[in-house]
Amino acid sequence: MKDEQFNNRNVSNEYFLVDIEDYPTEPWDKFKRVVKRTFRLELFVGLWVVMREFFKFEIHTVSYPEEKMPIGPRYRAIHEMKRLWESDTERCIGCGLCEKICVANCIRIETKRDENSRKEVSEYSINLGRCIYCGFCAEVCPELAITHGGRYENASEQREHFTMYEDMLTPLDTMKVGNQLEFEGFGAITPHEDERVKKTPLAY
Amino acid sequence: MSNNITITIDDKEIQTKEGETLLNAARANDIFIPAICYLTRCSPTLACRICLVEADGKQVYACNAKSKDGMNITTTTENIAKERRAIMEVYDVNHPLQCGVCDQSGECELQNYTLEMGVDIQHYSVKDVDRSSHDWGHLHYDPGLCIVCERCSTVCKDMIGDNSLKTIPRGADALEAEFKETMPKDAYAMWNKLNKSVIGLTNGTDVLDCTSCGECAAVCPVGALVDTQFMYKSNAWELKQIPATCGHCSAGCQISYDVKHTNIANTDKKIYRVMNEWNYVSLCGAGRYGFDYENRVESKDEVAFNKALEAFKKADTIKFTSTITNEEAYILQSLKEKLGVKLVNKEAKAFQTFLKDYGEISGTSLYGSDLKEVIATNFIVSVGSALKSDNPNARYALNNSMTVNKGAGLYFHPVGDPIIEGLAKSIMTLKHAPLQEEVVLYLILDLFGDKEKLPSDITEYLASFHSTKTVTVTETIKEKVTEIVKEMKLNDETGQEEEVEVEKTKMVPKKVSKEIEVDDNKLLEILGADDKFMEKLEKNLKKKESFALMVGADLYTHPNSKNLARLVALIEKYSAFEITMIPQLTNSLGVALICDLDDEVGSYSVGYNTKGDFTLSALGDGDLDMPAMNQQEGTLTSINKRVNPTNAALPYNGYELNDIANALGLKAENTIDYTYNLPIEKGFKSERFDDLPNHYENDGTEVRGYLLENISISVSGDESVEKFSDEKLEGSIVYLANPVRQFTPFTHKTTNLDEVGGVYMSEEFLSKSELNEGDRVKIKTKDGELVTTIVSDNKITGDIAILPTFDSKINSEAVISSYRFATASIERV
Repeated sequence: MKDEQFNNRNVSNEYFLVDIEDYPTEPWDKFKRVVKRTFRLELFVGLWVVMREFFKFEIHTVSYPEEKMPIGPRYRAIHEMKRLWESDTERCIGCGLCEKICVANCIRIETKRDENSRKEVSEYSINLGRCIYCGFCAEVCPELAITHGGRYENASEQREHFTMYEDMLTPLDTMKVGNQLEFEGFGAITPHEDERVKKTPLAY
Repeated sequence: MSNNITITIDDKEIQTKEGETLLNAARANDIFIPAICYLTRCSPTLACRICLVEADGKQVYACNAKSKDGMNITTTTENIAKERRAIMEVYDVNHPLQCGVCDQSGECELQNYTLEMGVDIQHYSVKDVDRSSHDWGHLHYDPGLCIVCERCSTVCKDMIGDNSLKTIPRGADALEAEFKETMPKDAYAMWNKLNKSVIGLTNGTDVLDCTSCGECAAVCPVGALVDTQFMYKSNAWELKQIPATCGHCSAGCQISYDVKHTNIANTDKKIYRVMNEWNYVSLCGAGRYGFDYENRVESKDEVAFNKALEAFKKADTIKFTSTITNEEAYILQSLKEKLGVKLVNKEAKAFQTFLKDYGEISGTSLYGSDLKEVIATNFIVSVGSALKSDNPNARYALNNSMTVNKGAGLYFHPVGDPIIEGLAKSIMTLKHAPLQEEVVLYLILDLFGDKEKLPSDITEYLASFHSTKTVTVTETIKEKVTEIVKEMKLNDETGQEEEVEVEKTKMVPKKVSKEIEVDDNKLLEILGADDKFMEKLEKNLKKKESFALMVGADLYTHPNSKNLARLVALIEKYSAFEITMIPQLTNSLGVALICDLDDEVGSYSVGYNTKGDFTLSALGDGDLDMPAMNQQEGTLTSINKRVNPTNAALPYNGYELNDIANALGLKAENTIDYTYNLPIEKGFKSERFDDLPNHYENDGTEVRGYLLENISISVSGDESVEKFSDEKLEGSIVYLANPVRQFTPFTHKTTNLDEVGGVYMSEEFLSKSELNEGDRVKIKTKDGELVTTIVSDNKITGDIAILPTFDSKINSEAVISSYRFATASIERV
């Protein structure tokens, strides 16, 4: 195999070789380069470009944080705890599967028996500093209670940074006006799921 | 029973014993046969029918079928697989799909077998009935989750002996007729039975009144019966199991502490529950619920430690209790040798002396039998122990032998005990007066001793109580009587009624007095046995070939304990009885073997877990904190003469006894370094702590620590015993014993064991006296007096009041110094 094709760098007209000077080797040449770079004021060239664009108001980037990119429904940012549409109560039953499956070991759940002898979540925390946002918790949740949301701003002064149950739970007023968003990512019910389920006979 | 035979299970030849059930034979050889309702040491219930196997071409239930030589067993055939799958489908009928909130999830046998049998579709259905849950105090029962395997009621009856649970009608509709034809046969039969029952309480109320051991909740395969204290606290899979030995009594049950972080904010370990291998060991309520007695110490208190060192240098006595490990006992003994201090432990000293006196005749350093052997016998006698509270496992052994082994029991104790009386039909109880334990032992010698081999003076002495007396017995016999009766009869000819004389014979029961000569045993009269005693005993003794005698602390503390010990040894030597002694506290046996104990307290004492001039305490109330039993590693010597290892479930940050010993010149990095040094001449072995196992094998073999060697001692041949003294306590008597589930201040410290301290009196006694529950009374004996509150106790009967030792606020020692009974005046204040 000949290597001519590799040697021919003149591939097309759109490409051109940048004319780069050889690096100086002699001390005198090096000195000359320093002087030249110092007094040509290249810094101001760059500044001029910035100022020119600044006054032209032709902005092509998103002006974060005023403006934010739309987030896809399957995006996995800070967790949310959903409520039931029927009764506005929490969906979470405290089964602890999210705690078990969490690969980063950042979820902790505490349950207790409430006054009606039912299982109740008394404490729930996610250490966002450890969370790798893998989505397993949302996928394993049998009640579609824990999901990922679109809030990705979780910078913190500390490495350990916890979010608690109350913070993740859909606020009641959001619930009242029907603004709770359903999650379509991992663990959400696939369309036409009902058709696939084998029905259990009922004696009624 | 003991013949070794060979059977074949699934083409694998295995050795087993004739009469062993197929299921146990298979389990011992690691062959899996599914089974839900079977409990190893209890009688088969045949509720689940899932252990169906084919033996020599016939379908049998493996839990019930006995193995015979040359048997050929197939564990799975096409038909059996169908039955099992149908059985699991039936179990899933109307079972709520609430695994997420069920405490059993993750260790649920219904989950496991449903997956094992691959149930992915349901074919059966029945209309459900109202099955709302019940709160039974320390237990919570949810009939909705219950699969009515009856393990709870079986264990309660066959093992524990409370007989508190039974099946009650469910009140459901009958199954649809078509199922009978379409379903596999056994699955239908099982479902038919299941659909008719749920579990209920035998007392008919909704309040559980038992000895609260919680074994029923432990054996429950599903989440139907759960401990209220654990309910919804933690998922099973989050808990780490720490193998340990229960530190509350001398039974030394194997347990595991299930630990997890305390809560979200606190990563310190906390014990959530205690689990046991319920197929092989049964716990009492103290073992199961009394786990949070740890002594939390933040850091090492150097000031207190230095004071402790000074105290040790100054002290001439170390007082301690037997709730310590063998290693700690060894450290104390080493300190005694090094510092020349006295070691005082009254209760262990009494036991030590008793063992020594016993050894003078028996020629062994230890008693011959243990609770494992007791279970295997079929006639058990208990003397000198409030069995249900002194050692619950001894009571379980008695009950298990009676219910499963067709055994009988004889319980001698001054305090009436409805729990013991209610164990089984074949239990006989005899309430004798306190101090009469000697007479009881003589009676046992008399009834069961080999008169020909017994020393002649004893035989003569025993014979002196026998006399023949003539008694008049009224018997009912049937007599043939012929009589002439006048009857009105219709005369066919005249059509008129006229009187006719008819001769009639009939059998008429008639009472006849007969004089017969019977043997009169004066010993029985002295003990206050009723007339029917011998008759009942003879009935109970039918078909009994192995005998066990359990003796307890009433004998060790008895003023004539030496004579009692010798009598016990004679019973062992000259009768079929095997002896088991019940050590009073957790490690009384270990302490008795390791420590050289003294009687008198000197002028300045250091107390370990007991009050001294300077007190080291794991209860957290002393001058220097010590780790509690669930915070330290070490070994404990159990009633079964086994040296069991226990591990630290919870961290401890303070000083321990070993630190003091090191500062005083002993040298060991850890307390458990001493495990290797435990005295071989007393029967211990030179084993390192880390090499000691702590588990059960599949066939039930106990692989825990090691067994003490029963060292033989030379005997003088002197087998003389003193005659019994006529002394007995009468009148108002107090007895030193604890309620069930309480042993020491450690059990009192736990949150779940909520027994109230006070003087316990039976309902019967309270109703006939002027005293009422809650009254403050002054109890005065010859040793001293104390003031406490009356607590009504329905677990005792009779007139004897009980003073507990578990509540350190009640200074029972002030009233009762050595013998557990004392006459006392009880007055309201």
